[in-house]
Amino acid sequence: MSARMRGYALFALVSLLLLVVAPLALPAFRLDELAKYLCFAIAALGIGLAWGQGGMLTLGQGVFFGLGGYAMAMYLKLHDAGGDLPDFMVWSGVEQLPALWKPFGNPAFALAAVIVVPVLIAVVLGTLVFRQRVRGAYFAILTQALAAAFVILLVGQQGLTGGTNGMTNFYDFFGRDPEAESTQRTMYFVTAIVLGVLYLGARQLVKSRFGRLLVAVRDGEDRVRFLGYNPATVKTITFAISAGMAGLAGALFVPVVGIISPSLLGVVPSLELVVAVAVGGRYALAGAILGAVVMNYAKTSFSEEWAGGWLYLQGALFILVMTLAPKGAVGLYEQARDTVARRRALAAAPVPPKVKEEVPA
Amino acid sequence: MRKSFWRPLGLALALPAALLTACGGESGDVSSAGGASGNTIKVGVLHSLSGTMAISEVTVKNSEMLAIEEINAKGGVLGKKLEPVVEDGASDWPTFAQKAQKLIKKDKVATVFGGWTSASRKAMLPVFERNKALLWYPVQYEGLESSPYIFYTGATTNQQIVPGLDYLKEKGKKKIYLVGSDYVFPRTANKIIKAYAAANGMQVMGEEYTPLGHTEYSTLVNKISQAKPDAVFNTLNGDSNVAFFKQLKSAGFGAQNLPVMSVSIAEEEVKGIGVANIAGQPVAWNYYQTTEGQRNEQFVKAFQAKHKGAVTSDPMEAGYNAVHLWAEAVKKAGSTDVAAVKKAAAGISLDLPEGKVTIDGATQHVHKTARIGIVQQDGLIKEVWSSKEPIKPDPYLKSYPWATGLS
Amino acid sequence: MESLLNQLPIGLSIGAVLLLIALGLTFTFGQMGVINMAHGEFIMAGAYTAYMLQDWAGTQAVLVALPVAFLLAGGLGWVLERTAIRHFYGRPLDTLLLTWGVSLVLQQAARDIFGAPNVQVTAPGWLTGRIEVMGASLPYSRLFIMALAVACVIGIWLYLSRSAQGRRMRAVMQNRELAACSGVATGRVDQLTFFIGSGLAGVAGVALTLIGPVGPSLGTYYIVDAFLVVVAGGLGQLRGAVIAAFALGMLNSFAEFWTDASLAKVIVFAVIIAFLQIRPQGMFVLRTRALT
Repeated sequence: MSARMRGYALFALVSLLLLVVAPLALPAFRLDELAKYLCFAIAALGIGLAWGQGGMLTLGQGVFFGLGGYAMAMYLKLHDAGGDLPDFMVWSGVEQLPALWKPFGNPAFALAAVIVVPVLIAVVLGTLVFRQRVRGAYFAILTQALAAAFVILLVGQQGLTGGTNGMTNFYDFFGRDPEAESTQRTMYFVTAIVLGVLYLGARQLVKSRFGRLLVAVRDGEDRVRFLGYNPATVKTITFAISAGMAGLAGALFVPVVGIISPSLLGVVPSLELVVAVAVGGRYALAGAILGAVVMNYAKTSFSEEWAGGWLYLQGALFILVMTLAPKGAVGLYEQARDTVARRRALAAAPVPPKVKEEVPA
Repeated sequence: MRKSFWRPLGLALALPAALLTACGGESGDVSSAGGASGNTIKVGVLHSLSGTMAISEVTVKNSEMLAIEEINAKGGVLGKKLEPVVEDGASDWPTFAQKAQKLIKKDKVATVFGGWTSASRKAMLPVFERNKALLWYPVQYEGLESSPYIFYTGATTNQQIVPGLDYLKEKGKKKIYLVGSDYVFPRTANKIIKAYAAANGMQVMGEEYTPLGHTEYSTLVNKISQAKPDAVFNTLNGDSNVAFFKQLKSAGFGAQNLPVMSVSIAEEEVKGIGVANIAGQPVAWNYYQTTEGQRNEQFVKAFQAKHKGAVTSDPMEAGYNAVHLWAEAVKKAGSTDVAAVKKAAAGISLDLPEGKVTIDGATQHVHKTARIGIVQQDGLIKEVWSSKEPIKPDPYLKSYPWATGLS
Repeated sequence: MESLLNQLPIGLSIGAVLLLIALGLTFTFGQMGVINMAHGEFIMAGAYTAYMLQDWAGTQAVLVALPVAFLLAGGLGWVLERTAIRHFYGRPLDTLLLTWGVSLVLQQAARDIFGAPNVQVTAPGWLTGRIEVMGASLPYSRLFIMALAVACVIGIWLYLSRSAQGRRMRAVMQNRELAACSGVATGRVDQLTFFIGSGLAGVAGVALTLIGPVGPSLGTYYIVDAFLVVVAGGLGQLRGAVIAAFALGMLNSFAEFWTDASLAKVIVFAVIIAFLQIRPQGMFVLRTRALT
C-alpha cells in the first residue's frame, strides 16, 4: 500500500471514528465536549495556516472567534426575543434596539456576518499592518493588544453586548431546542464535517502555488519581494482566511456550548489556542487539529482531577515542547519515521548528508 | 511539502476519540436518577478552584463542605449520607455550564451548590432550567432575576445596596460618587442607586467604571477630588479594590474625610488591601465573622478548626446556609425530588450564623438581616448598623415606589 | 480647564509607572529580540521580595527590597536565559510561547507559596503625604516612583554609554555576528543583558507595591502595557522607551479624563496602531544594513 493510500485509509478511519464510533460510544455530554474541542480545532486550523505556513503568529485569534460567535448569538437572541428586546438589554436599561443589532434579525445576514465580518476586519488590519512590514514579534504583540482592547470594548458596551456575562440562554436554534440531545448530536456532526471540509480546503491551499508562495514568504519575506511578489497581499489573504475560520468556529461554538462571552476571547484563551497548535505541531495542519483537541481534552480532565496542577502541567509541557520538540507531536512522529527510514536505507545505500532544517520564526 | 497530511490527521483525531470513548465506557454504569440511589445522596459542589475567581470561591466551597460534614455527622438526610461531587468551574463561564451539565446528567446529583460571578450563574441558568434541576447560588448579586430552578441565599439588592444607601442617607451624605468595575453587578447596582438618589434628595456627582483588573486609579481619584462628594459608593471587584484604596489613601482620602461604602469587600479582602488603607470605612453585608450569637460562634469555631487562621465572610456563610436549607427542605419533603423540594422549601426557617433565615417561596430568595459594618484595625468588620430584623427579598424592587421602571 | 491641567502631573506619574515596567523589556526584547512573557512574573517576584523583607526590615522594606529584588529577579532571569532562552535566539516567536509557559508556572508557584489572596506591603512612613502640583495632589509614593524611574534611566544610560560592558552590549545588539568576530563574547553579554533586564522588572515590582495589589496575578495586569511601550518606542531604544512611556501616560491620563477607563485603553491601542502606520518600527529605529 502506498503512503498516499495509507493516508486515505487513515483519513477514512478517523472519519469513521468521529462520525460513527464516537456518537455511538460516548454519552451525550461527552459528545458535547468533543464538539466543543472540534470548534477550537477549527480555529486552531486557521492558526496553523497563518502561523505554521505563513509565519504570522497571531495572538488575537479570539477576536475573530468572538466576532463570529457574537454574530450568531445576536441572531439567536433577537429570534428568541421575537420582536422584543433581548433579555440582557432590558437589564442594562436599553430601551430601543440599537441600530447595530437590527440587521442581525435576518438569519441570512447573521450567517454571512459570521464569516464576512472577521474576514473584513482581518483584511483591513492586515492591509494596514503588513503593508507597513510590521511582522514577527511586532505583529504578535499588536494582535495580543487587539485581543485585550477588544475584550475591554465588549465588556464596556454592556447594553450592546451583554458585558462580562456575554450572551447565553438561547431557546430556539433554527426551529430546534439547542440544548436538546438531538440538536446537540446534529451540531456535533455539523462541526465535525465543517472541520473535515475546512481541513481538506486548507490542505489544497497549502499544496497550491499560493501555498508555496506563503511558505516562501514565511522563510524569506524580502527575497519573495525581490522576486516581484507582494508578500503583504499573500499574508493578508492568509490572515483573512484564518480569521474566517475562527469566525466560523465561534459561530459553531454558540449552539454547541450555549454561551459566548468575553472571557472566551481575551489574551489568555487566544494564547492557549496558539499553545495547542504548537504542541500538536505547527508545520502540519493536522498538528493544529491534534493539538487543539488533545490540549482541551487534557485541560478538562485535569481540572476535574487536580485543578491547580493544570497550570504547572501546561507550563511545563509547553517549555518541554518548545525546547525539545519545536515541531510538536507531529514533528516527533516525523522524526521517528525518518529515523526508521534512514536505518532501513542505511542497509541499502549510503545516506546523503542531511541538511539541517531551518526553523523559521 | 510532499509529506502526507492524512496520517498525522489520523493520529490527531484517533487519539482523543479513543480516550473519550474509554471515558464514556466507565460512565456507563452510573445509577439511576434522583441522586438518592444506594446509601448516599450525591450533591454537586461547583466553584472555581482554579483561575482568577478561585481566591474567593474556594472559601465558599470549604464552608459548603463543612455544612455537608455537619449534616453527615448527624446521620445525613432521609437516613442517607450526603456524598459531595466537587467540580471546578475554572473561572470560565462555559465550563460552569458544562460542569453543571455533567453533574446533572452523569453524576445525577440531587442538587448543586455553586457559582459566584453573575456571569457563571447566567451561564448555568439555562442548564438547570432545561434539566429541571436545582442550583443554590450563595453570593449577593444584582437582582432582577428569579429562576424557578435557582435558590438565592445571598442578598439581593434590597438587602444590601438599599440598606447601604439608607445608612449613608442617615449619616447625612447628600452627594455621592459611584465607582465600579465594568460588569453587570456594578452597572445594575448604580442604576438602582441613581433611582434611589433621585427619590431621596441625594445627588450623584459622577459614575465611573474601570475594566476588571484595572490598577491605575490616579485619574479617577483626581475626578473624585474635583467632584468633592460626601461619600463614594464602591462596587469595584477583586484586585482593583487594592489599587483603588491604596491610591485613594495616598491622595489623602480616608474614612474621616471621604467614607467609601463597599459591597464587595469582605474579611477575606481586607488583608490584601492593607488595613491601614481601609480601616474605618463602611461595608454592607448580611453577615460578619463578628456577628453576635451562639450559632455563629459555633460556625466560626468549626470552620477555623478545619482551616487554621481563616476568616469567615458573608458569601461563605451564605454557602453554608444553602446546604443546611436544602437539607431541611429534603427532610420536610421526604424526598430529593426537585419539585417536592421546591415546594417544601417555601417558608422553611432556620437559625443560622447570621440569625434567622427564612426562604421566601415566591422568589426563592431568603429573608436576610442587612448589616453595615466598619473595617477594624485587626482586619475584622464590626457591625454598626443593622436592619434589626430580616428584610423580605424583593429582587425586582417592586415594593419600592422609586424603583418603578428599573426592571 | 483647571482640572485639565491636573491631568498633566497625573499623566507623568502614569508614564513613570509604564516606563519602570517597560524598561527591563527594552533590554530583553529590544536588544535580544526575546519576547519575555514572564517579565510580568519577574515584576511579581520583585513585589513579593518587598513583602518577604517586611519581617526583617519592617516598614522600610520597600527601600531595602530595591537592590534585593534587582538581584533576585535578575537571578531568575539569568537562570531562564541559561536553561532555556539561549537555545532560542533568532526565534522570537518561540521564546514568546516558551516564556508564557514559564509565566504560568511562576504564577502557580506564587499561588502555592504565598497563597492566592493578595498580601499587603506597608509603605514607609516618609512616603505618606503629598504635594500639590498644578492643582492635582501628587502623593509622595508617586514622586518616589518617578524618581526611581529617572534614576534607572540615568543608570542605564551611563552604563550603556560609559562602561565597556555597556558598549559591548550595544555592539551585540547592532550586529551580533560582527561583534562576535571582533572578539566580544556574545554569550556572556547575553547573560548580562538578560540579568539586568529582569532585574529592572524586580525593581519595578517593588515600586508597584506602593500603588497596586500584590498577588499571584500581578504580572498579568502590566505585561501588555509594557510591551506596547516598547513597540511604540522602538526596539532597544532607551530614549524611545522613555518618550513612548510618557506619551502613553499622558494619552492615558487625558483619554480617561475625557471618556472613561475602558475607552481610554481602546483609544490608546487605536493610537498605537495609527502610529505604527507612520513609523512601523516604532519611534526610533536602529539602522543596520542587515537583511532579514
